[in-house]
Amino acid sequence: MSVDTATVKKVASLARIAISDADAERLAPELNNILGWIEQLGEVDTSSVEPMTAVIPNKLRLREDVVTEGNQRDAVLQNAPQGEHGFFTVPKVVE
Amino acid sequence: MTEITDLGVAALRDGVRAGTFSAREVADAFIVKVSKAKALNAFIVETPEHALAAAAAADEALARGEALKPLAGVPIGMKDLFATKGVQTTAASHMLEGFKPVYESTVSQKLWDAGAGMLGKLNLDQFAMGSSNETSYFGNVISPWRRGGGDNAPLAPGGSSGGSSAAISARLVPGATGTDTGGSIRQPAAFTGISGIKPTYGRCSRWGVVAFASSLDQAGPMARDVKDCAILLENMVGFDPKDSTSLNLPVPKWEELLSGDLKGKKIGIPKEYRLDGTPEEILKLWDQGIAWVKDAGAEVVEVSLPHTKYALPTYYIIAPAEASSNLARYDGVRYGLRELADGQNLQEMYAATRAAGFGPEVQRRILIGTYVLSAGFYDAYFTQASKVRTLIAQDFENAFTLCDLLLTPTAPSAAFALGEKSADPLAMYLNDVFTVPASLAGLPAMSVPAGLDSAGLPLGLQIIGKPLDEQGVLGAGLAIEQRAGFTARPEQWW
Repeated sequence: MSVDTATVKKVASLARIAISDADAERLAPELNNILGWIEQLGEVDTSSVEPMTAVIPNKLRLREDVVTEGNQRDAVLQNAPQGEHGFFTVPKVVE
Repeated sequence: MTEITDLGVAALRDGVRAGTFSAREVADAFIVKVSKAKALNAFIVETPEHALAAAAAADEALARGEALKPLAGVPIGMKDLFATKGVQTTAASHMLEGFKPVYESTVSQKLWDAGAGMLGKLNLDQFAMGSSNETSYFGNVISPWRRGGGDNAPLAPGGSSGGSSAAISARLVPGATGTDTGGSIRQPAAFTGISGIKPTYGRCSRWGVVAFASSLDQAGPMARDVKDCAILLENMVGFDPKDSTSLNLPVPKWEELLSGDLKGKKIGIPKEYRLDGTPEEILKLWDQGIAWVKDAGAEVVEVSLPHTKYALPTYYIIAPAEASSNLARYDGVRYGLRELADGQNLQEMYAATRAAGFGPEVQRRILIGTYVLSAGFYDAYFTQASKVRTLIAQDFENAFTLCDLLLTPTAPSAAFALGEKSADPLAMYLNDVFTVPASLAGLPAMSVPAGLDSAGLPLGLQIIGKPLDEQGVLGAGLAIEQRAGFTARPEQWW
């Protein structure tokens, strides 16, 4: 599978990273090089192997469904690039 | 007389307890060293006030006759990947420039609770992605080491914990935190002639550590010797309900039980790590390490880890995939950078913010991660990599039926010059060939300095242990340390 500049632009759009045409031109051979190298994994027979989900066996814990660290609106908003009236603000999304 | 800054964690702790010097004297001595070492660019932020406050607390407790905390009087460096309350935390990125967390990471809180002070936040590869510390938004860290013979080419301190490794080997801090996703504690430790251990996955809480690849990320200590690593590690680990993969286990007494006696231990030598093209000096050092562990009483056996050659490509699918998900949080809305030109909509704001906030290597990995997770490719790449990861972990399980520990080189070369590998991402990735397999299997592993190459640069040996056997790893590290007699240090030029 070879990655062309159109694919690079599509992936960048999925990843929400703005890239220029020049960036896409530069990245296509770079990504091809890396992806070509990782494609060697295809030669490993994994037909009877389960994908790893936990590196150290460890059962996920359940806890009481209660608020643990609530009422911290101001702390949560403190590092927001823009906030108003106790909310995060973003460019208008609904006309 | 020995300078205070030549002392390690144990000697500083013991000296303060014994009243040989005050914690204030210790803090002052290191603060001066840090302030005079700007040429290394090891720190992003210096926090002398934090170190002085901890020192004052230690001296006051001593004056009142109280028992001192385990790390009272010991100032350390904190990798700038750990959230520190009220102190800028950047992950060496423009994205988080100016970000001052309103909370403290669990690991750093444990260290402060143990009485340690913070000299500053240490530089690193951006979002911990890199092996040379050349991807930091705040500039390269320069290794204090130089090749012999008047070659003053600036060398890489390793990465991603390059600020930590440079600061420790330059005696700016006696110890520091690191994080290790594919070798980011062990490779920089090897490059700078210091020790560093990545514990078993789940020992250290990931809460408050800027996430890179969550199934691999583990914090650990870096210091000048094995005992200092044991002391710091004891004060970093422990169960944390805020991390869903945190192991609920008691904290072992690694320092107290530390022993370099390897009688009755079997040490495996994985034959697949004898890669074509590995420099003769590395192989010779490895043979020397084998002789040292035999001398310490261990029996040495050859073992096989047949899927070793697939570890790096597996890692470079899984780590970018997880990174692309983790780094989705940087959207210009909740914290960090926002780029928003007049008239741009929300989607354009996301894309502009992420283009401006992430450096080239971070963008490259996000794109690879997005690609391997995208519809149509997920099974061929991500699922296949997750399966090969199972096989790599099984290789280790099988090897550990024949031996207790594994001994390997830490890196395939000594430190390289800055710029030498940065043009070719693949050449840089290959530097992690010996460290990545243990990361994929979640195993404890450490690097100890073992010798110098012909240019006078440090080389490290790696010990890999069974899950939760940090004690065994530290013991073998100590056995090598005792026999290597590594006392070389960089000559001060900064």
